[in-house]
Amino acid sequence: MNSPQIAKITEAKTENKDVKTFMFEYPKKMIPGQFFMIWIPGVDEIPMSVSYIDKDVKGITFRKVGEATNALFDLGKGDKIGIRGPYGNGFKINGKQILFVGGGTGIAMLAPAVEEAGINNISLTIIIGVKNSSELFFEDRFKKCGAEIHISTDDGSKGYKGFATDLADELLSKEKFTSVLTCGPEIMMKSLLDLCKNIPFQASLERYMKCGVGICSQCCIGEGLRVCVEGPVFDGKTLRNIEDFGVYKRDATGRKIRF
Amino acid sequence: MIDTTTKIASLKLRNPTILASGIMDEDAGSMKRIFDCGASAVVTKSIGLESRAGYPNPTFAELEHGILNAMGLPNPGINEFEGEIRKLKDSNVPMIGSIFGSNSHEFVELSKKMQNYGVDALELNMSCPHAKGYGLETGSDPKLVREITSKVKESTNIPVFVKLSSNLTDIVEIAKAAEDGNADGIVAINSVKAMKIDLELKMPVLANKTGGYSGMAIKPIGIRCVYEIAKNVDIPVIGVGGVTTGEDALEYIMAGASAVQIGSGVYYRGVDIFKKICREMECWMENHNYTRLSELIGVAHK
Ligand SMILES: Cc1cc2nc3c(=O)[nH]c(=O)nc-3n(C[C@H](O)[C@H](O)[C@H](O)COP(=O)(O)OP(=O)(O)OC[C@H]3O[C@@H](n4cnc5c(N)ncnc54)[C@H](O)[C@@H]3O)c2cc1C
Ligand code: FES
Repeated sequence: MNSPQIAKITEAKTENKDVKTFMFEYPKKMIPGQFFMIWIPGVDEIPMSVSYIDKDVKGITFRKVGEATNALFDLGKGDKIGIRGPYGNGFKINGKQILFVGGGTGIAMLAPAVEEAGINNISLTIIIGVKNSSELFFEDRFKKCGAEIHISTDDGSKGYKGFATDLADELLSKEKFTSVLTCGPEIMMKSLLDLCKNIPFQASLERYMKCGVGICSQCCIGEGLRVCVEGPVFDGKTLRNIEDFGVYKRDATGRKIRF
Repeated sequence: MIDTTTKIASLKLRNPTILASGIMDEDAGSMKRIFDCGASAVVTKSIGLESRAGYPNPTFAELEHGILNAMGLPNPGINEFEGEIRKLKDSNVPMIGSIFGSNSHEFVELSKKMQNYGVDALELNMSCPHAKGYGLETGSDPKLVREITSKVKESTNIPVFVKLSSNLTDIVEIAKAAEDGNADGIVAINSVKAMKIDLELKMPVLANKTGGYSGMAIKPIGIRCVYEIAKNVDIPVIGVGGVTTGEDALEYIMAGASAVQIGSGVYYRGVDIFKKICREMECWMENHNYTRLSELIGVAHK
């Protein structure tokens, strides 16, 4: 039933000064790219992608950006949160050589997809784009999957100095990728889609969510596509036909907010 | 050929399934999708004068036999909503503009704007079970219901429907008040005020604590209300509350409804529930030798 199930945080890990991972028991089957609605009792309920997938244990990895995520950040091992889901469609992981592009916290939800691709012997290249090297996390996790890792920082504090998309442009002209999977700031994903031309493309979108199950229309884009049901992962063909993509999102009132 | 067209005041509909307010109706794209999925008309999200974020999450929880929600009337405000209505108007989707206010001035201002933007009819939401100062607080006073309805009628020339709650001691009295105010139709019922408590956390699940219950569980309440209203007023009734199958829709129609609205049904059967329900109704009618839906309206009153 789509009601919060109360779970105890079984493990808490600090990834960097603003990012934490929580693990909890949640035996439902999930695929990379799907998400939960996480209830922080007395505060809020927010969408959060799965960042670790094991049979009985799942994890989320999040950055503190506001009231709900700050309150979540203050919780730790043994604290209770409400969980419902899994929601959304998730990534389709196939092909021979995948380029992953993660911007900021988007790296978190790509991790299970990278791991699954690794298990399927798909050749992996990852671009991790952050503002500053202190924001990096999951580098070791990606190394373990045998991925070729490229890092871009806006300030040049590590790796390539510049945007992840510039780095992607370079790699795309050198190598033949069978698909590109991305999660990050929408402006970044939009530029990346323009670069991808005929290469199969999948991007995970974020929209303000309330019900999470496809009835309130809070998260809809284009002609009634529900990011919580038909998304959050959309392919390039669909995204090229959605006027909202990379242009605007809606706040909790339904007003359009330009990116 | 089975004829399932219906008419509510001057509103002619290709079938009796209408999208209920609050479901998939915050933007033109979503409402267009629902129309393409077979609904004959859509009711917009309830719109007020100013933008409202609604209540914090959790705003939704599924219960054993229905859905509990306390969205808190989130909406972008009437001026911002103009763009959505105009866009939908271009696709020729019959639209019922739902509005809420705390007094007749607000309802009149909203009605005029909605009419001006191009909606085909109005639905006055006087029954939201969980928004302070709005909804049920206006809709439980017959004098206020009559005043608001008649003021809106005086200042507009499209059909005006009044949406009522079942959380009333006497729903017929309020329906009559709306009829006295010259309403063109009654919509019944809105969701039923309810609560869910989580045992582990020992606290209500919804951030607003209480919310509105909808879905299968409330259908018998809706049927009773529609039956009583239809018996006591002469204007058309639109039935809402737990319509999930063609047989549910027919039950409302036999109770006296000229059409039904579908909301939580979208959750249970997907966005194409409208087509499914129409097909099921046609099937039933064929098996029972009916050719026109209008023959079935109110038959349970004999
Ligand atoms: C499908 C999906 C998956 C996500 N996965 C992750 C993840 O794995 N890790 C992570 O760190 N973040 C993730 N997010 C973003 C996360 O939900 C927001 O950071 C969080 O809701 C912020 O809440 P706040 O109160 O801390 O911040 P606020 O100050 O309230 O807002 C900060 C930003 O978060 C957005 N936000 C607030 N509430 C919601 C809501 N109910 N739904 C969507 N956005 C909201 C606001 O619009 C604003 O842009 C995901 C979002 C979506 C839609
Ligand atoms: S969050 Fe309600 S429809 Fe997606």
